[in-house]
Amino acid sequence: MKIIVLLKMVPDVVEELEVAADGQTLDTEFLRMIASELDNHALEEALLLKEKHSGTVTVVALDAPEVDDALFTALAKGADQALKITDGNGTPSTLSGAYRLAQTLSTVPGLLPADLILTGAQAIDDLDGMTSPLVAHFLGLPQLGIVTQVSVNSVAGVATVLREFPGGVRGEYEIQLPAVLGIQAAEKPPRYVPVSRVQAAMKSRVIQSVHVPTAADGGVGLSPVEEMLKPEVTEHAQMLQGSPEEVANQLCEVLAGRGLL
Amino acid sequence: MAGNVWVLAEHWRSKVSDITYELLALGRDVADALEVDLQAVLLGHNVRSLAQSLGAANSVLYLDHVALATPVPETFARALASAIRARQPRAVLIPLTNVSWEIGTLLAAQLEVGYINACKDVRQVEGKIQVRSVLYGGKMEALVNPGQLPAILGILPGARPADHGRTATVPLVEDLTVDLAGTSCVQLKRYLESEPGDIDISKQEVLVSVGRGIQSRENVLLAEELAGALGGAVCGSRPVIDQGWLPLSRQVGKSGAVVKPKLYVAAGISGAPEHVEGMKNSDLIIAINSDPQAPIFNVAHYGITADAIDVLPALTETVRSRKKEVKSRAA
Amino acid sequence: MLPDPVTVSYLGVSGYFYLWLLTLVSFSVFGSRVLRHFRVLSDARPENRWDHVGKRIGLVATNVLGQWRLLDEPLIGVAHLVIFWSFLAYATTFFGNLLRGLIPPLGIPYPEDLRWVAFCMQASGVLGLIALVVAAGRRYLFTPVSLERSLDATIILLLIATVLLSSLGSAGFRALAATTGASWQPVGNSLAAIFASLGVTRSQAPALFLWTWWVHMITVLGFLAYLPYSKHLHLLASPFSVFFASLETNKLPAASEGATRLEGFTWRQLFSGLACAECGRCDRACPSFACGEPMSPKQFIHHVKELLLGSGGGLAAGNSKKFLGDMVRPQDVWACTTCGACMEVCPVFNEHIPLVIEMRRKLVSQGDVQPCLQEAFTNLARYGNSFGQSERKRAVWTQNLGFKPKDARKEPVQWLWFLGEYACYHPALQDITRSLARTFRTAGVDYGILYEAERNSGNDVRRVGEEGLFELLRQKNTATLQQAHFNDLFTTDPHVYNTFKNEYPDLNHGRHSVSHYTELLATLLERGQLPVARRLSYRVTYHDPCYLGRYNGVYDPPRAVLQALGVKLVEMRRSRRRSFCCGGGGGRVWMEEVGQAHSRPSENRVREAASLDGVECLVVACPKDYVMFTDALKTTGLEGKLFVKDVAELVEEAVAV
Repeated sequence: MKIIVLLKMVPDVVEELEVAADGQTLDTEFLRMIASELDNHALEEALLLKEKHSGTVTVVALDAPEVDDALFTALAKGADQALKITDGNGTPSTLSGAYRLAQTLSTVPGLLPADLILTGAQAIDDLDGMTSPLVAHFLGLPQLGIVTQVSVNSVAGVATVLREFPGGVRGEYEIQLPAVLGIQAAEKPPRYVPVSRVQAAMKSRVIQSVHVPTAADGGVGLSPVEEMLKPEVTEHAQMLQGSPEEVANQLCEVLAGRGLL
Repeated sequence: MAGNVWVLAEHWRSKVSDITYELLALGRDVADALEVDLQAVLLGHNVRSLAQSLGAANSVLYLDHVALATPVPETFARALASAIRARQPRAVLIPLTNVSWEIGTLLAAQLEVGYINACKDVRQVEGKIQVRSVLYGGKMEALVNPGQLPAILGILPGARPADHGRTATVPLVEDLTVDLAGTSCVQLKRYLESEPGDIDISKQEVLVSVGRGIQSRENVLLAEELAGALGGAVCGSRPVIDQGWLPLSRQVGKSGAVVKPKLYVAAGISGAPEHVEGMKNSDLIIAINSDPQAPIFNVAHYGITADAIDVLPALTETVRSRKKEVKSRAA
Repeated sequence: MLPDPVTVSYLGVSGYFYLWLLTLVSFSVFGSRVLRHFRVLSDARPENRWDHVGKRIGLVATNVLGQWRLLDEPLIGVAHLVIFWSFLAYATTFFGNLLRGLIPPLGIPYPEDLRWVAFCMQASGVLGLIALVVAAGRRYLFTPVSLERSLDATIILLLIATVLLSSLGSAGFRALAATTGASWQPVGNSLAAIFASLGVTRSQAPALFLWTWWVHMITVLGFLAYLPYSKHLHLLASPFSVFFASLETNKLPAASEGATRLEGFTWRQLFSGLACAECGRCDRACPSFACGEPMSPKQFIHHVKELLLGSGGGLAAGNSKKFLGDMVRPQDVWACTTCGACMEVCPVFNEHIPLVIEMRRKLVSQGDVQPCLQEAFTNLARYGNSFGQSERKRAVWTQNLGFKPKDARKEPVQWLWFLGEYACYHPALQDITRSLARTFRTAGVDYGILYEAERNSGNDVRRVGEEGLFELLRQKNTATLQQAHFNDLFTTDPHVYNTFKNEYPDLNHGRHSVSHYTELLATLLERGQLPVARRLSYRVTYHDPCYLGRYNGVYDPPRAVLQALGVKLVEMRRSRRRSFCCGGGGGRVWMEEVGQAHSRPSENRVREAASLDGVECLVVACPKDYVMFTDALKTTGLEGKLFVKDVAELVEEAVAV
C-alpha cells in the first residue's frame, strides 16, 4: 500500500508575528517555520496504517525554512521516503502553499499513483483553501476532510473513515481508493522520536529534491492580499486584579448583579 | 439575476444551521451595499420546506437531487457550480462548519476562480468586495480583494448575529434542476452519535469550561465543584477531551457543541478560534488564564490573569458562602 | 580429657569422615551457586571499575569494616557492627576449627585454647547475642518501614543465634569438663557454673561438649550452603559491591541504548541485586515512596535479584522475562526524582538510579513517553526551554530591572551568570532573579549574562533518558560559552550547576570555575563587599537542594549566607545529605501526576518545616524548590503559617538601603 503524506510548513506562532514593511506579508526577521500540527497527525495516521497493512509512506513538502528538520523527523519516525519540491526562486510565500502543492504533485516523477494521500484537515495559513480538497480536485480523486479514523480494505479498494460533525456526532463514510483525506486527529497521538534517531536520519538518509518552476502567473486561484494587519481588538475583557480571594469576591458581585447567585 | 450575492443555506439532519442565518444577515449587508439581490441556495433532497425560514433573502434557489441527500462535499460543490454557471452571481458565501467544510475550496477550484478562506467580514469598498480573513490562529488578519468573479468566500461562524438573518417573511422559491451524473466515490453510511446518557451542555444555563491550563485530570474536579456550587455543568475545549479528561459530549467548539449559557467560565482556555466559535455568544463570559495575551480575553467580558487552579477553589468558596448568606437572610 | 569430635565414632564411622562429607557437600553447594552468579554476571555488559584501587580499598575499610553508613540509624548501626565483628571473629575461628578437624596432621589447636582468642570469642558471642536481640526486637516488634519479617530473615537470625549459643555452650561444657579453670574464659566459666547448678555433672559434660560442637559446625556449614540462596548473600557480595562502587557521586551510566532486559544492564548494575540485604534504608529515604508511590528503590533491586536468581545458565538463554515490562512497569520508572537519597544511604553502595536511567533511555528510544514529557522534549529541542516560549523572550526578565546587565557575548566580564530556564521564564521567579541582579550590582560584581543564547543545560533531560537531546543542548551551550568572554561562571540553578560541573567536559574547567550563586554570596558577605544594612530576625529552616547538596557537597555556603544575615537557623531532621527532595527533579516537573501517590514530596517537606518550633520561613536555593514549595503551601493549607523565600530575597532584604 502506498501512502503519501503532504507536509506544510507554517509560521510558528510561538514567536511574535509582525507585518513586513510592504504591509502585505509577514516580517521574516524572527519568523520561524514549523510543520503544521495536523500534518503531524496525518503522518502518524499514515505510519499506523503502514504498520497495519505494510506498504510505504512518502512524505512530500514544499521547500521552506526548517523543512529539512521536519522531513528528517518524519523519516526517523518511520517514513520510507522524503521529497522536497523546490522552485529555485527562494522561499515561496507563506500563503500559497496548498495551491502550489496541489498543482505540482502530478509533475513529480514516480510519485503517483498512490493508494492514499493524507494531509492535515486544515492549517493556520489556509487563506486560499485547504490542501486536501485542492489536491483531490487537481488529481481528480475523491476526498473527505475532518477525518479521525481510517480503516482500509485493500481488497475492495475502499477505505472507511469517520468524519467529525457538530455536537460530537461522527459520520461513517466509505470512500473509494485512491483518495485524499484531510486528517483532523490520528488514532493515536503523534509519536515521539528521540533526537538521536533524528540526527541519525540526518546522517544516513537523503531528502530528494524535485525542482518544479513556479508558473509565471504565480498559479491560478490566488487572490492578492491587499493588506496584512494585526487583528483589531474591538473588545477586551475587563480585567480584575487581586488575590484569588479578592477576585472571587469581585466576581461574585458581578454574578449577584446578574441574578446568577 | 446576474451579479447577485448568494448564500449557501446549510442544513443538517433536517434543520437549518444557525450559521445560515448569520450568513443571510451578512449577505444582506453586502447585497445592499452592492445594490443587488440576496439569494439563498438550498441544496438537498426533499428539503424544500426548509426554504420557508430563509426569508431574509430575496429568493431561494432550490436544487433537489437524490445525490444531495447526504453531505458529500464534492457533490454539493458540483451542484452549486452548475447553478453558478447558469446564474452568474457575483459572490457566494459558504459556511465554514464541519458540515460544509470543503465545499468552498472545491467549488472555486471547479470554477477555476480563487477562494478566500476564514472570512470574518465582507464589505464593499469602492464598488468592489473586500474581505477580512483570519490568519495564523487569529494572530493576523488579511484584507483580500477577490481576484476573479464570482468571489467564493468561506465565512467563519459569528460574522453576524443569527437573529439578524431570521425573519417571518416567507421567500419566493425557485426550483433549479441539476445533473449530477455518476455515483459518487464517497458515500455516507451512517452517523455515530456521541455518548448517550450524559447531559446536554447546550441546554445548561451555567457552564464551567476547562482547557489545558488546568494541567491535570484531577483539577477538573475543581471545575466540577464550582459548577456544582453555581448549579451548572462542566465542559471543555478540544485538548481536554483529546486527553480523555472529559467525554466527547462535553466538548465545546467547532467539532463539539455550540453553547449560549447565561454564564460561561473559561478556566485555563487560551481562546483558539475553534473553541471560541462554540461559546462566543454566551451572555456572560469570565476568563481565567495565566497568560495576559491569551486571545480568550478578547471575547470575555471579565478576565483574570492568574492560574485557574488558584482561582477556581477561591471562587467556589465565595459562591458557596454567598449562597448560604442569601439563604439565611431569606429564612 | 575432652574427646576430639573427629575421632569419635558415630554409627561405626569416625566423625572425621562425617566432617569431610558435610564440608564437601556444603562447599560444593555454596561454590556451585556462587559460580552460577559469576556466569550470569559475565553475560552482562562490561564496565570498568578497577580505577583508583587505593580509594576503593579505603571505601571498603570505612564501609565494610567500619559499617559507616549503617551508623545513620545509630541503634541498629551499633548492633549490626557488633554482629558483623562477632561474625567475623566466629568465621575465623570456625575455619580454624574446620581445618583442625579435616586435617589433624596440621596440629592446629582448638582456637578456644588460645587465651586471647577464647576471650574475644566469648565476649563477642555475648555482645553478639545482645545485638541479635536488639535486631530481632527492631524487626519484629518495632518494624521500620520497608523492613520485612520474612522467613529468610527469621532463619538468618536463628542461625546466627544458634552459632553463637552453640559456641558459648560448647565453651561452657568444656569449662565444666576441664580439670583446670581458666581465668580467660569468664563466660565459659559462668556457663559451667550454671550448667552445674542445673544438674549437669562433670562426666556428662564431654558428651554435651561434643553435641554442641557438632551443632555449631553443622549450623555453620549449613549456613554456608544456604548463604548464596538467601539475602545473606550480601555477606559475600557487599565487600565487592563497596569495592566496585561508583567513585563519582551519582555519576550517570555511560551513554547507552538503554535496557529493558537483563543483558542490557552492566554487571555492576546487576550486582546490586546480589549485594542487597533488603534493609529498606533506600525506601525510607525515597520521596516518591514516602508519598505512596508503589515504586520503591528496594523493589527495583529486589526485582533485579529475582531475575538474576531465576535465570538459569546465563542471561540470554531462556530468559523470557523482560525486566521492564514484566517485572517493573513504565510508570514506576518515571516516578523517580533522581534525588539520590537511596544511593546516599545504601550501606552496600547499590546503584538504584543507574537502573532507572537505563530503563528510561530504553523507553525514550522506543518513543514510549507520556504526552507532557513529549511536549517538554519538543519544546526543549526547538526553543531551548521546556516552557515552549520563544528563545527571544529569555531575557524579558531584565525589562523591569532598571539597568541592562552586561552581555557576555559581546563584552568581557569577570563572572558569567548562567540563569537557567526557570529563573528566566517562570513568572513567579522573575522577581527573585531581579533581586539577585540588583544585589550583585550593589556588591560591585562584574557579571554578564548570555541573553537569548542560553539554552536549557540538559541536566534533567539526561535524567529522563533523552541522551540525544542532552547532546544537542550541550553542544549549543558549549559553543556559546566558548565564544563568550568570562573568567568564572555562577548559576542560580543547582541542576545547571551539577551538569556544568560534572557533565560538560569542554567547559575547560581549568580556566573557568563553576559556582552556585550562594557560594558567591557567601564570599561577598565574608569579604565585606556586601554590607548587611539590617540584620533579619526571621526564624528559618533551610532546604538543601538535591543537586547542590547531596550531588555536589555544597552545604555550608548557603548556611554561611544565612548566618551573616542574622536569621536564626533551625535545621530539619532531614537536612544536608539526608535532605528530602521536593519532588521536582528527574524531569518530574514535566510529567503529569498519574501515579498512585496520596500526596506530594513537596507537601511532606513543607509539613516538616512547619513542624519546627517557631520556624516561619522555609529558605530555598533552587528555583524548582521555590515553585514546588509555594504550590505545596497552598495545597496543604499552610500558607499563613509558613512562607518560602529564596536566599536571594533574604539577601536583598538585608542589604537593601
